[in-house]
Amino acid sequence: MRRLRAIFLTPAYTVTVGLFLIPLAIILVYSLLSRGAYGGIVFDWTTENYRRLFDPLYGAILLRTVVIAVITTAICLALGFPLALFISQSGARKNLYLQLVMLPFWTSFLVRTYAWMFLLRDTGLINTALQSIGLIHEPLPLLYNDGAVLLGLVYGHLPFVVLPLYATLERMDKSLIEASADLGAGPWTTLFTVILPVSMPGVRAAALLAFIPSLGAFLTPDLLGGGKTVMAGTLIQNQFTTARDWPFGSAVSLVLMAVVMLMVWRVVRTKGEGLV
Amino acid sequence: MKRGLAAYAVAAYLFLHLPLLVLAIFSFNHSRFTVWQGFSLDWYRLAWRDPQLAEAAANSLLIAVVATLLATVIGTLAAWALWKRDSPTLSASLYTSLVTPEIVTGISLLAFFQWTFRFLNVRLGMHTVILAHVSFSIAYVVIVVLARLRTLEPALEEASLDLGATEWQTFVYVTLPAILPGIAAAALLAFTVSFDDYVITSLVAGVDSETLPMVIYAMARRGGNPVVNAISTLIVFALGALIVASERLQKR
Amino acid sequence: MPLTPVLELANLGKEFPGHYALKGVYLAIDTGSFFALLGPSGCGKTTTLRLIAGFEEATTGDIRLNGQSILHLRPYERNVTTVFQSYALFPHLTVRGNIEFGLRRRGIRDTAKPVREVIELVQLEGKEDRLPAQLSGGERQRVALARALVVRPDVLLLDEPLAALDPQLRKQLRAELKALQRRVGVTFVFVTHDQEEALSMSDRIAVMRGGCVEQVGSPRDLYSAPATRFVAGFLGAVNWVDGSGVRPELTRITRELAPPEVRTFPGRVESIMFLGNLVHVETRLTSGERVIAEVPAGQSAFAPGDCVHLWWRPADELRLPQ
Repeated sequence: MRRLRAIFLTPAYTVTVGLFLIPLAIILVYSLLSRGAYGGIVFDWTTENYRRLFDPLYGAILLRTVVIAVITTAICLALGFPLALFISQSGARKNLYLQLVMLPFWTSFLVRTYAWMFLLRDTGLINTALQSIGLIHEPLPLLYNDGAVLLGLVYGHLPFVVLPLYATLERMDKSLIEASADLGAGPWTTLFTVILPVSMPGVRAAALLAFIPSLGAFLTPDLLGGGKTVMAGTLIQNQFTTARDWPFGSAVSLVLMAVVMLMVWRVVRTKGEGLV
Repeated sequence: MKRGLAAYAVAAYLFLHLPLLVLAIFSFNHSRFTVWQGFSLDWYRLAWRDPQLAEAAANSLLIAVVATLLATVIGTLAAWALWKRDSPTLSASLYTSLVTPEIVTGISLLAFFQWTFRFLNVRLGMHTVILAHVSFSIAYVVIVVLARLRTLEPALEEASLDLGATEWQTFVYVTLPAILPGIAAAALLAFTVSFDDYVITSLVAGVDSETLPMVIYAMARRGGNPVVNAISTLIVFALGALIVASERLQKR
Repeated sequence: MPLTPVLELANLGKEFPGHYALKGVYLAIDTGSFFALLGPSGCGKTTTLRLIAGFEEATTGDIRLNGQSILHLRPYERNVTTVFQSYALFPHLTVRGNIEFGLRRRGIRDTAKPVREVIELVQLEGKEDRLPAQLSGGERQRVALARALVVRPDVLLLDEPLAALDPQLRKQLRAELKALQRRVGVTFVFVTHDQEEALSMSDRIAVMRGGCVEQVGSPRDLYSAPATRFVAGFLGAVNWVDGSGVRPELTRITRELAPPEVRTFPGRVESIMFLGNLVHVETRLTSGERVIAEVPAGQSAFAPGDCVHLWWRPADELRLPQ
């Protein structure tokens, strides 16, 4: 059995090491090297790339990334919790309602992002509709700003938050709600004093599922922010394409990874659950 | 409170589905402006006839099929091995690959392929895209298949050994048939993830291996092309159907 | 009668990290017998079974099948099959498919005849094309039996096969299983924690505790001549009075004075438990012990508070070696 198990593990190990870990190691090394004259890599060891992250310009980008991610997470949780609550109280239709939430999420992230471009553009549906009713005379600049990015991020990650919240509420001991009512608490009081505190661990896990992808987002700020909202993801892509500063891009990547792993480590530690 | 929740839920569902529905509706719009001017299939016809789109779609399909095949096989074997006994390093690596931002995975692979180009003369192209897709899909396959394996009783494999089957025969004649729906579900998931990928693909694709998401991205960036609506609608429904099938299989 | 027992365990031991599941077990099981491993949970009976089947590796000792050591053979190399507690039927194969499985692994193509014979044996005619999900608990157990028997094993291992069934079915299947074993003639090694089951079905029983075998013998010998207090108490109720033990059904109870030749213990009746065909008269002796006398329902005229005398024939006393 042991031989068979070793054989079965080999392909996955090879792919993971060769196509995931080694590339990351390369990036780690790059982050400590210097940019060549024509955009390549020169083997001059330096920590300059990491120091540049403290520049007000780049520091602001990183800060803005975290802030946007935090706000996105907060909104997702605020919007997602009531929805999860509704689904968990829907009796026989629970699965159907859950599917209705998850289904669009699993189709195409690109298309779902583009859909908002279609709605928010100057010539988009919302502006056209508002103009045709006469509410406005000039198109509102709904696209290509921080608000649009936020909207896109919330839209993109809301389903991913509803699922674990629903799972937590499902697993909750229903008799706690009954006990609360029995002792005289109304539905709103029960929600805030019993349901929310009890589901906190699940809320933390759900928050992670919104925070981490938002932190590393690229498509949303790129398409909906139009290059103006520069988040860490677009900064990295920029460094590896137009700016051709691979060492700096690598440093930003590694810092992003570090933040992600830190958040994951904190939640996994408190939850104590297995990894995969 | 129940009525309040229900009203809120309606609003939430509208928020989640309206953008896609609107997109789909306007894909049938006769005019290219966002004013409804009658039903038409023009944009679909245009999309169908566009050679660039056709080639991109074919590329996406080919990449997704090959990457799915490889990822499903590799992932299923790994899931069985992890089910027998966990390997903390592999589990941790797979989990890390799931939480790593796509842009980071993409640029790291780009850097990696630079070196393979230097030493092995491997250029960017379909094969690099496929390799990249296999790499990030394995974790998804492992999760789905492992979950399915955990529903099996361990005595099942013991019974097979007991009756005279070797470990390999047990895997082929007993374990695999028992988890087949899970494997199929994992494959469908991997296909969807691969077909829709933009970030990583755009970084490691060569000049002549454009995929459908790359074309859609370019069109979206340029603005107002209703053909995008048509392709988008098609993609959403096709992938949606796959995901529904995958869910059904996981429940069997 | 063959000279070598079909199965021998010699100093068999199994150590898990942290504890010894089995310590130096010696057993010899005769060909064609119905042998039971009996004991409370944790006594090592299931470990013994799994060692014989090959699912665990022994830390010490040897296992010999028909004189040959099978210690280093994989489960599929041993001519020993198992009926699992959960039956472990292959869910994607029909009844026929499950039964054919072992035959096919041995390269046997013409499976029709052996499959038909064993299906008749376990009375599953007409169900050959059903899937396990479509069978009842009792039917699944019979498939598990058929599947394990059709390959003609030297020894058939059964891991608490009746535990998952309801009590009515269990009693009925005990007789069927015993009859089946007699018919087929294969050696059955049977693990159970239920002493009634072991006593009613086995030719010989090994009572186990804490990884060791406390006593091996026929049901009758174990019951009337237990070697230790544990064995005595595990196989049935015992009244321990003044260092001696006696079974409740052999404990006499009377209002008048007992025969003068025997030791008598006076006491007061505390409660009466009606069990249908029997009555348990619980008595507190003046010397302090609580004693239960088992009396046929028709002969019980006792009531709580009665002053009684308890006695028994010396021959009925359990003789425990010191």
